[in-house]
Amino acid sequence: MSRFPETLALILCAGTATAGDLGRPALPQEIAAWDLDIRPDGMGLPEGAGDVATGEELFSETCAACHGEFGEGVDRWPKLAGGDGTLADDDPQKTIGSYWPYLSTAWDYIHRAMPFGNARSLDADQTYAILAYLLYSNDLVDEDFVLSRDSFLTVAMPNADGFFPDDRATTELPLFSQPPCMADCKQEVTIRMHATVLDVTPDDAAD
Amino acid sequence: MTDSNATGPNRRHFLAAAAAGSALAATAARAAPPDPRITEVQDWNVSWGDGVDATPYGLPIHHEAEVIRRNVPWLTADAVSSVNFTPIHALEGTITPQGCAFERHHAGAIDLPKADYRLMIHGLVDRPLVFSYDDLERFPRQNHVYFLECAANSGMEWAGAQLNGCQFTHGMIHNMEYTGVPLRALLAEAGIRPEGKWLLVEGADASAMSRSLPIEKALDDVLVAYKANGEALRKEHGYPVRLVVPGWEGNMWVKWLRRIEVGDAPWEHREETSKYTDTMADGRSRRWTWEMDAKSIITSPSPQARVNHGRGPMVISGLAWSGRGAIRAVHVSLDGGRNWQQARLSGPSHDKALHRFYLDIDWDGSELLLQSRAVDTTGYVQPTKDQLRAIRGVNSVYHMNGIQTWLVKPNGEVENVEIS
Ligand code: HEC
Repeated sequence: MSRFPETLALILCAGTATAGDLGRPALPQEIAAWDLDIRPDGMGLPEGAGDVATGEELFSETCAACHGEFGEGVDRWPKLAGGDGTLADDDPQKTIGSYWPYLSTAWDYIHRAMPFGNARSLDADQTYAILAYLLYSNDLVDEDFVLSRDSFLTVAMPNADGFFPDDRATTELPLFSQPPCMADCKQEVTIRMHATVLDVTPDDAAD
Repeated sequence: MTDSNATGPNRRHFLAAAAAGSALAATAARAAPPDPRITEVQDWNVSWGDGVDATPYGLPIHHEAEVIRRNVPWLTADAVSSVNFTPIHALEGTITPQGCAFERHHAGAIDLPKADYRLMIHGLVDRPLVFSYDDLERFPRQNHVYFLECAANSGMEWAGAQLNGCQFTHGMIHNMEYTGVPLRALLAEAGIRPEGKWLLVEGADASAMSRSLPIEKALDDVLVAYKANGEALRKEHGYPVRLVVPGWEGNMWVKWLRRIEVGDAPWEHREETSKYTDTMADGRSRRWTWEMDAKSIITSPSPQARVNHGRGPMVISGLAWSGRGAIRAVHVSLDGGRNWQQARLSGPSHDKALHRFYLDIDWDGSELLLQSRAVDTTGYVQPTKDQLRAIRGVNSVYHMNGIQTWLVKPNGEVENVEIS
């Protein structure tokens, strides 16, 4: 039995080898082991719950060395809290509270990728608790808040409406698809900035 | 213009020299001492070189030791979640050797043997499946050349001239010939249900790398690739299997690909919300900016590839590419964008792949403000940085494809500058 769509099947029948029936069925336990992702609508969230206080303790132990006690970030490690109202500033501070449109993204990422260097070590309750604490650090919930599968969709993310789909097709492509100027395109040219003045290039960069 | 055209400036130069001073030139030649590299017998002309058993797998000769990937340590907190840059200032042609093609990973490059490799397809499919590496090699194969550009390539230039060298400003790019299986063939094995509109593609490393991919793209030209430039993928490029998403930002080309889930809505994971979204001046952000806009860069001369000869014939060499098709033309300006000349394209011209261009000039030794401008097959003309800033502000981090300027000084030094 060929599982290819007709067009492909036709090509394959024309004397070349067919693939058909490659691979084996994925077992339910195998799918469960890898299918950990969470979607904005909550699809994928496991049973469980965690409160702010438990989360604070866990965060302090496993996350604060890089992200700071309150998620304010240490050195160049990412900030996870703060930055409210800075997105239109010269130096926007993008954090879970100020920027992330969906809470599910944070649950999904922390559960699968953090702590850095020891991914996959947090269970569901711990993840709920740490995220409850991060919401608290971002002034989005009170200190007695408990995050669970049930309370998940009640949390409002401040920048949820701050995103729009790629609009280059209308805002840029027509503008940038004009016949290009080839001669006498501008009057004068002045240099306004030199990279060597800034001097941020690694020393051994030039041969 | 094609390769078959005589290189005008060079010929003019030689003809002019012949007419103006053949007698002078001959005198000068007689005055110079004989070259000992010619008059004396050299070691390599006398004794043996290396045998065929000396280097079972070769690296570049040690004289080229400077042509390597480099990173900028202050950019990131740790080298395992960081980036390095392709030495495009020192490469030619269009294909990037794997060994110096830039790396970007978020939790280090992992060691995943073929024997332990599994690819799962599940979700809204008729038959959830697991493929082994050997299974993938039994599907009909295809070969395609594509560029991979990180969406953050040139991102520092939003704030004006920063890093001094095209390796750093434009080196988050490479171009390879991939061998692999069209993703649609694997999906057909599993049978996508009618509600299946999006895929989640996920890697096996510790970074939880996952992106939502619309089904139209998945069924179009996406490849599940296991070879690049004829050999196995390098560890740092996703050995044994990576996703190839032609023309779209490099972050989507998931390495160590292990899982494809079919769903009816996007997942909005970290790499498509917190990162790889482009913040405009008003604080709102574009998302799903997958396509890479047309772009070009002069790779030589450039800050790391200064001019070591005086006036006379000079080769201006560069790269151009577009995520929407092939490159139709490249224009080069010597005067900061006042006037433009048609460059010569040389080498293969594939959709969504690097193109090589040249302008062969007769340099008079004066200051140059070099720029290049790509035009792709859709008619899109690479904009200036200011044109982009007028629409997007300066905080969008990603998708900076503005025209780059190099200042060539009379002494041959080259510098990254920002001009009006
Ligand atoms: C050893 C340092 C380290 C530790 C410990 C650590 N992280 Fe991280 N974290 C990082 C790095 C590095 C990144 C960015 C990774 C990348 O570039 O993909 C990151 C990213 C994140 C992000 C995404 C930030 C963004 O803006 O996209 C979140 C959320 C996060 N960490 C949460 C946590 C939590 C919760 C813990 C504790 C369970 C933790 N981290 C422990 C280093 C660390």
